[in-house]
Amino acid sequence: MYKLQPKSTEEVRKAVINALTDNFTLEIVGGGSKRGYGGPIESDKCLSTSSLSGILEYLPNELVLTARAGTELNLINEVLKENGQELSFEPPDWGPLLDNIAANPTIGGTIAANLSGPRRFTSGAARDHLLGLEMVTGRGEIIRTGGKVVKNVTGYDLCKLLAGSFGTLGVITEISIKVQPAAEKVRTILIKNLTDLDGIKLMSEVLGFSYGINGAAFLPKSVVGKSTVDYLRNIGASALALRIEGFADSVLVRSQELRERLRGFGDIEELHYKNSRVFWKEIADVSFFHSTGNFLWKVLLPPASGAAFVHKLRSQLSFNHFFDWGGGLVWVQMSEDYKGIEASLIRSVAKEFGGQGILVRGSASQQSLASNFEPLDPDLALLSKKIKEAFDPQYILNPGRNLSGTS
Amino acid sequence: MKMPDPDEAAIARREDLIAALRGILPDSDLITERAALRPYECDGLTAYRQMPMVVALPETTDQVAKILGVCSGLGIKIVPRGAGTSLSGGALPLADGLTLGLGKFNKILDIDYDNRCAVVQSGVTNLAISEAVAEKGFYYAPDPSSQIACTIGGNVAENSGGVHCLKYGLTTNNILGLECVTAEGKIIRLGGKRFESSGYDLMGVLTGSEGLLGVITEVTVKILPKPEVAAALLLGFPTAEAAGDCVASIIGAGIIPAGMEMMDRLAISAAEDFISAGYPTNAEALLIVEIDGPSVEVDFLANRVEKIAKDAGAESIRVSQSEEERLVFWAGRKAAFPAVGRISPDYYCMDGTIPRHALSRVLNSMIEMTHRYGLRVANVFHAGDGNLHPLILYDANVPGDLAKAEEFGAEILKLCVEVGGVLTGEHGVGVEKRDLMSFMFGEDDLKQQQRVKCAFDPDQILNPGKVFPTLHRCSELGRMHISGGKLAFPDLPRF
Repeated sequence: MYKLQPKSTEEVRKAVINALTDNFTLEIVGGGSKRGYGGPIESDKCLSTSSLSGILEYLPNELVLTARAGTELNLINEVLKENGQELSFEPPDWGPLLDNIAANPTIGGTIAANLSGPRRFTSGAARDHLLGLEMVTGRGEIIRTGGKVVKNVTGYDLCKLLAGSFGTLGVITEISIKVQPAAEKVRTILIKNLTDLDGIKLMSEVLGFSYGINGAAFLPKSVVGKSTVDYLRNIGASALALRIEGFADSVLVRSQELRERLRGFGDIEELHYKNSRVFWKEIADVSFFHSTGNFLWKVLLPPASGAAFVHKLRSQLSFNHFFDWGGGLVWVQMSEDYKGIEASLIRSVAKEFGGQGILVRGSASQQSLASNFEPLDPDLALLSKKIKEAFDPQYILNPGRNLSGTS
Repeated sequence: MKMPDPDEAAIARREDLIAALRGILPDSDLITERAALRPYECDGLTAYRQMPMVVALPETTDQVAKILGVCSGLGIKIVPRGAGTSLSGGALPLADGLTLGLGKFNKILDIDYDNRCAVVQSGVTNLAISEAVAEKGFYYAPDPSSQIACTIGGNVAENSGGVHCLKYGLTTNNILGLECVTAEGKIIRLGGKRFESSGYDLMGVLTGSEGLLGVITEVTVKILPKPEVAAALLLGFPTAEAAGDCVASIIGAGIIPAGMEMMDRLAISAAEDFISAGYPTNAEALLIVEIDGPSVEVDFLANRVEKIAKDAGAESIRVSQSEEERLVFWAGRKAAFPAVGRISPDYYCMDGTIPRHALSRVLNSMIEMTHRYGLRVANVFHAGDGNLHPLILYDANVPGDLAKAEEFGAEILKLCVEVGGVLTGEHGVGVEKRDLMSFMFGEDDLKQQQRVKCAFDPDQILNPGKVFPTLHRCSELGRMHISGGKLAFPDLPRF
């Protein structure tokens, strides 16, 4: 397909104006690592932000970084690391998960998909760290919103609409984002051999105390075996993982106190620096399900309902799963043949518990049978359609990626 | 500041409106008498006053939906109001509008400790949420100074902050779900007890929309386990620059304090005269740095901050030795506004945010401005996040003083934008900064924001005259202007 690679915001604007005047549609791509997430796109041309790259401003003491949208996360992470800082929402790399192995995630794509890692339940999502942006809307206008300071309520927060809009409202060209000091030390406490139900219950309990736990995942035995961390893989039982980060002295005392509280619930182990990093990256990138099966769901639930959801779904389907975000995120993966009823089953059971399901990975035929995103009720769908048309009235951006579909 | 001309035809329909409202609300929920309307004529920005046409105080979401349906049918404008503590005139009534008070939405519906959230009606006060969950050691993090009175619905509408938002975020980072009523009277529910939802983040854009996009009736908030302990350091500096350097070094050392406040000499002495908190009145700048968390961490970080402060040239350093002492340290800061009220008949509170490195430039310019305008300024400053609250002292009884104070304020805010900051950090645009919006945004930027308004409220009946300096008709905003070419098949539906 013909690929446009604008080198400036003005060139992006021209490309969009051309699309409007010559009546063609555009697929918007950053690094392409999440291509396919949200369903296939059928467009006339592809607009890549890969030539819109580079960090424009980074003032560590201001905790703010501004970069062009096509800047690779790797570069941003590296520069932040040199200054002892990081993006605290732990943006994952879903390239391998979505079979886009050679592609590198960009900051623009991360924001457009509002993707966040294990810290999401305490530190917030990508959208919570986005301070301002520049975009070219589907109307061909260059728009700025937000700013470069952490405290700002001037005008509508259009940043929130753009985060998670999957390129359907505008082509993001520049992003200002909040950065945070990186932790000095990290410890992961593992409790072995709990059931799903006991694991989630225990997580709910300890997250109610001020240990500052900022990673809380539960892996059934079948998934533990897929970790590349030897220490974990060899456990041969389920594992509840709780992460504590911060200044060294504080981490040591807090993890000791947490271990005391967990005494009696099961055997306890600890992952230290390197293993800990690898393990939470596996969780963020959903590495356990990279090459297994073709059918993967991200189910968002009130955290304490995670296990009950799985239990209920288990009576009707067979699947692999693990929990992140203290139980608030359940990954559901199926290897067997697709029967066509899974989508409605997963969504109806999730709904019973106040949750929603997103089809993250599936074959083309699977994706044609179920909408990728949770269908909206009619009033919300209508409102969302009006939002879409406020930014992209001619539906030229990412056609087929439907965020305003009805149930 | 000029409000849009009242619509005489709408005012002529007042009796029809009242009759329709009587069909929805009991008499006790409807205010139509002039004397009883008086308390609603302004909010926390008392410089501007306007009597509303009618005040409705519904008790259920259904009633709100019906009222909005009636107003939408009659073409009557609506001004939503929580506790009326806005400092930007967000709840300033309209002569041709209904003021919709949410004060009777005061029930806490569900406290869910397992999911660490609470579902509350929008008229519940900010502090009441923390009080309701305190028994189990939880609290709601954002703590605007008006938290004893302001409502959570108002907090959502304004995206309120507080002294702890550097570490814990603003309202938008601390809510999970909303129920709200659209201009057309439809009840919509967004989010829930889960962390994320499919579709555009309508909750995100409603938060901070200043009552222009919908009427918030219910909020699901995150609640957090209370930090084990907190300690405050009181640091006196010989110059504002030294205090500013200290703030930068603290953050540079990887420390994110729970709160970091700065006061200038005038604010220090006003507060000290009022509260006797033991502030160093000879200091040019005072920093209060609060550290919270597990006690081991608090001790460790308090030591580190103390050392950083010494290196930055602090001339007086005190670390709170007890909870009582910590509260005394804060008492002066928390009473800074009324304290300044004691040394001046009136004051005008500004709310710009700047990148912190621009602090001394902005403070020096402000000193120059005080000479030029002949008005004093006391500075209270959320130092951690760069949010300035200059208090301009004036006397409303001196003719021309208010206008001078407003002009002074506008110049400060323009300077904030010039150095890379923004017009408002937490108080909102409202009517106060409405006419300054074009200093920060281009015309296209503002039009795009108004297109979002049109998606929610095509007839623009919700809180018009606030936030945007120019009103455009939605039909005009929807039009495409493509230069150098024409749209092919503009009427073709595309999906």
